[in-house]
Amino acid sequence: MAYALQQLINGVTLGMIYGLIAVGYTMVYGIIGMINFAHGDVFMVGSFLSLIALLGLAALGITSVPLALALTLLFAAAIAALYGWTVERVAYRPLRGSFRLAPLISAIGMSITLQNFVQVSQGARVKPIDAVIPGGIQLMDRGGFAVQLSWMQIAIVVITLTILAIFTWLVTRTPLGRTMRACEQDLKMAALLGIDTDRTISLTFVIGAALAAVAGFMFLLYYGVIDFYIGFIAGIKAFTAAVLGGIGSLPGAVLGGLLIGLIEVFWSAYFSVEYKDVAAFSILVIALIFLPTGILGRAEVEKV
Amino acid sequence: MTPLRDAFLSAIVALGLCGPLVGLVTTSGDRGLSIHARPIATAVVVGLVFLGRLAILSWRGRTRAEAVQANRAFAERITRAGKYVTPVLLVAAVALPFTGSRYYIDLGTLVLTYIMLGWGLNIVVGLAGLLDLGYVAFYAVGAYSYAILATTFGLGFWTCLPMAGILAAMWGVMLGFPVLRLRGDYLAIVTLAFGEIIRIVLTNWVSLTNGPNGITGIPRPTLFGLAFSMDGGSGTFAGFFNIEPEVIQRIIFLYYVILGLALLTNWVSLRLRRLPLGRAWEALREDEIACRSLGINVRNTKLTAFGIGAMFGGFAGAFFATRQAFISPESFTFIESATVLAIVVLGGLGSQLGVALAAVVMIGGLEALRDFLSFLGDQMNSEVFAGIASELPLYRMLIFGLALVVMMILRPRGLVSGRTPSVALTTVKEIAPDLVAQGRG
Repeated sequence: MAYALQQLINGVTLGMIYGLIAVGYTMVYGIIGMINFAHGDVFMVGSFLSLIALLGLAALGITSVPLALALTLLFAAAIAALYGWTVERVAYRPLRGSFRLAPLISAIGMSITLQNFVQVSQGARVKPIDAVIPGGIQLMDRGGFAVQLSWMQIAIVVITLTILAIFTWLVTRTPLGRTMRACEQDLKMAALLGIDTDRTISLTFVIGAALAAVAGFMFLLYYGVIDFYIGFIAGIKAFTAAVLGGIGSLPGAVLGGLLIGLIEVFWSAYFSVEYKDVAAFSILVIALIFLPTGILGRAEVEKV
Repeated sequence: MTPLRDAFLSAIVALGLCGPLVGLVTTSGDRGLSIHARPIATAVVVGLVFLGRLAILSWRGRTRAEAVQANRAFAERITRAGKYVTPVLLVAAVALPFTGSRYYIDLGTLVLTYIMLGWGLNIVVGLAGLLDLGYVAFYAVGAYSYAILATTFGLGFWTCLPMAGILAAMWGVMLGFPVLRLRGDYLAIVTLAFGEIIRIVLTNWVSLTNGPNGITGIPRPTLFGLAFSMDGGSGTFAGFFNIEPEVIQRIIFLYYVILGLALLTNWVSLRLRRLPLGRAWEALREDEIACRSLGINVRNTKLTAFGIGAMFGGFAGAFFATRQAFISPESFTFIESATVLAIVVLGGLGSQLGVALAAVVMIGGLEALRDFLSFLGDQMNSEVFAGIASELPLYRMLIFGLALVVMMILRPRGLVSGRTPSVALTTVKEIAPDLVAQGRG
C-alpha cells in the first residue's frame, strides 16, 4: 500500500512532465496536422539551456535559489521559444501546402540536426548536477517503508498546474487563443476571415516550445542528469500521451501524459524496468486499435 | 526588407540560438560541471549564418512560378534520361569490382544494401502508400534470424536466407493486422513504436540475443558450398580454382550477392506492379474508399504490402549479418529507418530509379563527406584547427540532418517525381507529379 502510494506520487510527477510536452504536439497537430518530430528535441534543448543558465548564474554569484530558478526558467523558455520559431520558419513554413510526407521528413531532419547540434556543441557525455531543491516531507512510514514526497515533486506539480492554468486562460480568453482555435477548426476559412494564419502557426510553435522548455527544466531538476539523447524517447512517449488523450485536445494531452507516466512508473515498480518503454508503446498500439480517437478526442468524419 | 537587413536579423536570431549552446560549454571536472565561454566559435557560427542568408537571398532572385517551371523541367529531364541512366548504372554496378579497390567495393556494398532496403520499403510506402517509420524492425528480424539460426543450428547462409525473409514477412503481417485501421500519421507513430519495441526486446532478451553485446562469429556465405577461407584447402573457393586465397575474393563475392539480391527486389517489385495485386496497391494509395467500393479486399492488399516489404527487409538483414559477422541492437536504431524512408521519399515515392539515385546520393554522399572531413582533419595541422579537425567526423550527422531539410525544401517530391503508368491503353504517357496522390495510409 505504502509502496503503491509512493509509485503514484512518482507517476504523477513524471506524468506532468510528459503532459507538458504532449501539449506542444497536440497543438501543432491540431492546427497543421503534422507530427512535429523535432518537438522532443526542443524539450532536450530546453533542459540543456536550463543547465547552462543554472551554471552560469552560479558562476555570476547569484546564490538565492528561488531567484536563480525563476531566472533559469524564464531564460530557458525564452530561448527555446526562439528555437521553436526558427524550426517552424526554416523547416516547416516553406513546405506548407506541399505534399504530406515532405514536412514529416523535414521534421525528422530537424530532429537529427538539433540532436547532433547539442552533441557537437556540448559533448556526448551525460551531464549530472547536484540536487537544487533537496529534501522533502515524509508522508507515512509503514513496515519500514517510508513514503517520501520531495519538495521537488511538489514544485513540479505546482509549476505544471500554474503553467497549464495560464495556458488555458491564453487559449480560451485572449484574442490569440481565439485565432488559434479558429485555425484549428479550419485553417483556410480562418485565413479567409482575415486571420494571419502564418503568424498564428508561428506563435503556436513558440508557445509549444516554451512549454517543452519548462518540461525540460523540471526534467533536469528532477532527475539531475541529462544527455543529448533524452529528447527522442521522451518525445515519442509524449506523442503517445497526446494520442491517448485524443490528439487535438488540450486537456486530453495532460490526461494522456498522466496516464503514460503512471503506467510507466507502475510497470517499472511491479514488472520490469527494462521493458517500461515497451509497456508505454504497447499502450499506444492498444489505445489506437480500440480507441482511435483517444479519450477526449473528436471522431473524425471522412468526407468523400 | 533589404537583403542586408534581413541577413542582419538572421544573424541576431542565430546569436540568440547559438549564444547559450555554442558560446557557453559545460564540461565535467573534478568538482562537478563547470562552464566556459567560447566567443570565437559563436562569432564564427553567427558570421556563417549572416553570409549564408545573404547568399540565399541573392540566389533566390527568380520568382516562384519560374522555380516551379524549372523544377518541372528538371523532373522531365531526369525521367527522360532514365532510359539511358538505368543501363549505365547497371553496367557500372556490375563493373565496380574490377576496379579492385577494396574501399570502393565496400562502399558499393553499403550503397546496394540501402538501395535494396529502399526498394523494399518502396513497396510499402511508395506503392501502397502506407507510411512505415519502423522498417528497421524487419531488417533487425532478418539479421537476428540468420545469426541465431546459423550460430545455434549450424545452418548455412543460403538455407537461412529464405527463412529470414519468411520470418520477417510474418512479423510484417503480425504488425499489419492491428494497424490495418490506422491511417497516415497514426500508422507512422505505431510503426515507429514497433521498431523501438523490437530494439528494446533485442537489447534485453539476453538469453536469446546476447543483449547489448550482440552476436559474434556469424558464418560467411559460401559459393555452392565453397567457403572463402584463408587456408586454401580443397573445400574452399581458392583451393577449388587453384588460386591464391585473398580477402578481396570474399569482399567481391559479397558485393555480387547483394547486387543480385537488390536486382531480385527490383525485378519482383516491377513484376508485382503489373499484377492485379500491384495495381491494387497503387489504387489503394490513390483512394482507399474508391478501392473498397470497387470490391478490392483492402485488408489483404495492405497485409501483402507489409509482408512483402518486410520480406525484402529481412533478406537485407540476413545479408547485413553475414557481411558484418557481428550484429548488436545498436545497428538497428530509428536513424536507420529514417535514412531508408528519406531515400524513398527523396527518390520520388514509387520510382525504382529514383530510389537507386537517392541511395547513391545520400549514402555515397555521406561517405564522401566523411572522407572529405577526415582529409580536411589530416591537412589542418595548425593549432587553431587541431581542435576542430578532431571533432569533424562528429558533424557528419548534423550535416545529414540539415541536408534532409534542405532537400525537402528544394525538391519536396523527390528526384524522380513523375509516374509512368504500369498499364496503358495505347501509348504510355508520363503522369505529372501534381496528379499523383501520396496515400493517407
